[in-house]
Amino acid sequence: MSATRKRKPIATGSDWNFSVLERFDAELARLADEYRLDTYPNQIEVITTEQMMDAYASVGMPVGYHHWSFGKQFLAVEQAYKRGQMGLAYELVINSDPCIAYLMEENTLMMQVLVMAHACYGHNSFFKGNYLFRTWTDASSIVDYLVFARKYIAKCEERHGVQAVEQLLDACHALQNYGVDRYKRPSPISAEEEAKRQEERESYLQTQVNMLWRTIPEAPISDSPLSTGGLHADDDPLGLHSGGHYPPEPQENLLYFIEKNAPLLAPWQREIVRIVRKLAQYFYPQRQTQVMNEGWACFWHYTLMNRLYDDGNVDEGLMLEFLQSHAAVINQPAFDNPHFSGINPYALGFAIFMDIKRICDAPTDEDREWFPDIAGTPWRETLEFAMRNFKDESFIQQFLSPKVMRDHKLFLVVDDDQVETLEVAAIHNEQGYRQVREALATQYALSVREPNIQVVEAAIRGDRSLTLHHVQDSRRPLGRSVYPVIRHLQQLWGFPVHLVSLEEGRVTRRFHWPVEDESPAS
Amino acid sequence: MTYFIDRRPNAKHKSAVNRQRFLERYRKHIKRSVEEAVNRRSITDMERGENVSIPAKDISEPVFQHGPGGARNIVSPGNKEFVAGDKIRRPSGQGGGGGAGEGGPSNQGEGVDEFAFTLSREEFLEFVFDGLELPHLQRKPLKSLEEVKMVRAGLSRDGVPSRISITRSMREAYARRIAMRAPIKRALREAIDALEAEERKDTVLRNPTRIAELKAEIERLEKRIAGVPFIDTYDLRYHQLSAQPQPSNQAVMFCVMDVSGSMTQNHKDIAKRFFLLLYLFLEKHYEKVELVFVRHHTAAREVSEEEFFYSRETGGTIVSSALNLVNKIIEKRYPVGQWNLYVAQASDGDNWDDDSNICRDLLVKQLMPQLQYYAYVEITPHDHQSLWHEYESVVKEFPERFAMRQIVEAGDIYPVFRELFKRRLSQS
Repeated sequence: MSATRKRKPIATGSDWNFSVLERFDAELARLADEYRLDTYPNQIEVITTEQMMDAYASVGMPVGYHHWSFGKQFLAVEQAYKRGQMGLAYELVINSDPCIAYLMEENTLMMQVLVMAHACYGHNSFFKGNYLFRTWTDASSIVDYLVFARKYIAKCEERHGVQAVEQLLDACHALQNYGVDRYKRPSPISAEEEAKRQEERESYLQTQVNMLWRTIPEAPISDSPLSTGGLHADDDPLGLHSGGHYPPEPQENLLYFIEKNAPLLAPWQREIVRIVRKLAQYFYPQRQTQVMNEGWACFWHYTLMNRLYDDGNVDEGLMLEFLQSHAAVINQPAFDNPHFSGINPYALGFAIFMDIKRICDAPTDEDREWFPDIAGTPWRETLEFAMRNFKDESFIQQFLSPKVMRDHKLFLVVDDDQVETLEVAAIHNEQGYRQVREALATQYALSVREPNIQVVEAAIRGDRSLTLHHVQDSRRPLGRSVYPVIRHLQQLWGFPVHLVSLEEGRVTRRFHWPVEDESPAS
Repeated sequence: MTYFIDRRPNAKHKSAVNRQRFLERYRKHIKRSVEEAVNRRSITDMERGENVSIPAKDISEPVFQHGPGGARNIVSPGNKEFVAGDKIRRPSGQGGGGGAGEGGPSNQGEGVDEFAFTLSREEFLEFVFDGLELPHLQRKPLKSLEEVKMVRAGLSRDGVPSRISITRSMREAYARRIAMRAPIKRALREAIDALEAEERKDTVLRNPTRIAELKAEIERLEKRIAGVPFIDTYDLRYHQLSAQPQPSNQAVMFCVMDVSGSMTQNHKDIAKRFFLLLYLFLEKHYEKVELVFVRHHTAAREVSEEEFFYSRETGGTIVSSALNLVNKIIEKRYPVGQWNLYVAQASDGDNWDDDSNICRDLLVKQLMPQLQYYAYVEITPHDHQSLWHEYESVVKEFPERFAMRQIVEAGDIYPVFRELFKRRLSQS
């Protein structure tokens, strides 16, 4: 250090006020600019504990529609907080433009600065830069869309009764993880447009469904002007009047399929299905970028806080408090520790980003061998590239280095119920690196984390039943929740639902709703 | 660019609706817990919330999940001694490795199989008194110096400027302007048409005087149109307020208890719980509830709460003394027109034989016509005595406003209370 440079901290102690926060923010903004962090404008809201619990309960949505499950969430948060099991709100930030971040009033000055660095510059730039967020969400319109959704659902409750809406939402929520087309780029959501198009959609949807369920074939009308979006744009979209089988291709987006095809849903019900689907789509990128998103935010709060210190803007006391808090956040208990609850995404992500920087700045021979493309390159560009173009699965596959595996002492266990013991398949050594990395990456693949379930047939010519296939992954069966879920599915579809589990093309189990007689007739 | 916003002044309880929805949905579960709590806790301690647990499986939100079984690869941190190829015995109690998120037991007192949360005091009482109703909840009207409430009562043509209804005044002005201009406009149009017709004529045939006349007329009419005032005092409308008497929202509850030698402390505790329940219940319905404690043996006395429950006396029992006193207090302090009157009486059923029919007469002739409700609980495991039998004839006369039940032990209080105040469906 340059011989006890005079520190002029912006503020000391643990109390804060708005002008102090503004000065810290200005300083952070200056640094972020220096590091070329591209962010949305920030909207920082100071709130109370109660309000933070509210925000938590609505999964961070600044406005949400009403549903009992959010009430349950609130009670759970409240209880956990009161019992001291949970510290509230390290940060809560919303992917919107401007990017909304919450600061809790009882946080210390250090906490406020840390949260600003973490959320307002870390997460914010991630939301703006990462390809999944760019593809799947439209930050500028989400708040408007939420307002639209809330109003629409409130209107439905008025017209059709709270209970009817609640049951519908229950059913939709059960399927919301299956509300995304994984391979097709969706159209971004926009509230204004939604509201405008909603009415015309109502009538249009109904005609399209009627078409599907029409029993008397009609001469096809050429090119309807309305049939723009959607998977099946033709008037006989399915070729069902020429026979064959519907849908022609298996459909992984169950909610979309329901919205467009469920025979008995009223237009308002379709609209609600759509709302849940659109919101699921909004959260879809977050579910796939936990490690990256948190790692990126931690990397930047760490970097920015250190810069604040180096520039003399904070004092030693604040820095010590920060380091203690930072260490707690990126703590990774070992698998046999009573506090172990899986891999800590903050810890893993932070370690990987820090390591990328290290590989750029001071590569070892091992790094040159493993990462010839990035070893010795300018770190800031490389980091930006890593942040923009990956999701957890591919990010780990691409950037998890042997050093991080060694530091975390990662090892791979195979748990096969046909073998009596668990087997350690690979550890953090020369022979194991690739296998461990591969397995860890797969662990973050949504397609592996969630059962693969698709609609294969709607018996439009027969009993109108719906058949889904569950393609098992390494013989893993469905959990106990399967019956309640297909019951919800049946409520939406209106006719019997069959779910078939397949392992390598062989049927392993069938689920039906309504439950069929299980007489040993087969 | 950064904006700071202080949201702290905003309302909290944004989730209040969702919370209510949740409570509503699990009403049955919560009610069961609440009822258990009522029976368990001492009633003095009704003033706080309650922890409620619901089996987690009943409130889960199902989604498709992997179940236990099959083959899984798990990467974990913190390897110490394993090398590739090691076999490890499967941890017991986790059949097949345990599905994702199935959760283990918690060491925090409550298992994760229970969803636990806290009801606030209001919510708790809401459930305690759910489905109960005050019989004959007539709000007594007026009190001579009744507080009145100013309510909007339409519009009027005169009033003070501060109560002007701008929208309505402007609307009136607009209507008046349309109405006043319409005939002038019609005349104007006619004049213009005539003028044009005149001017279209061949130069020779034109009548210059007529043209001049018409022009003058048009000018005059245009002036008249411009002269219609934009707003006139005639248009002004004022919000009108009228004073509405508020129904009296106050009740008085007389607690009458026998403190003769035969009433033990246990009896009194039971009575106290009953009184407290009733008090809380009334408090929910009325803004203001006053309590009057009357205890009696052979003579009745109005006492403080402390004295009422805890001091002991001995002697015989004359119930009518208490009823007389209640009657006097009503006459003196609680005019029937202004107060909703409730009497709750607890006794072990002892009374002087001669006194019971006096009680009945007192009740039927004097007290009952003034009261909203009279609840009598007899705390005794024994057979009924004369008082009970006399009261039975009162029930016959006032079946809707007089109720009596027997309590044997503390556990009966709540059920009896519920029985007494059960919501009566569609009863005339």
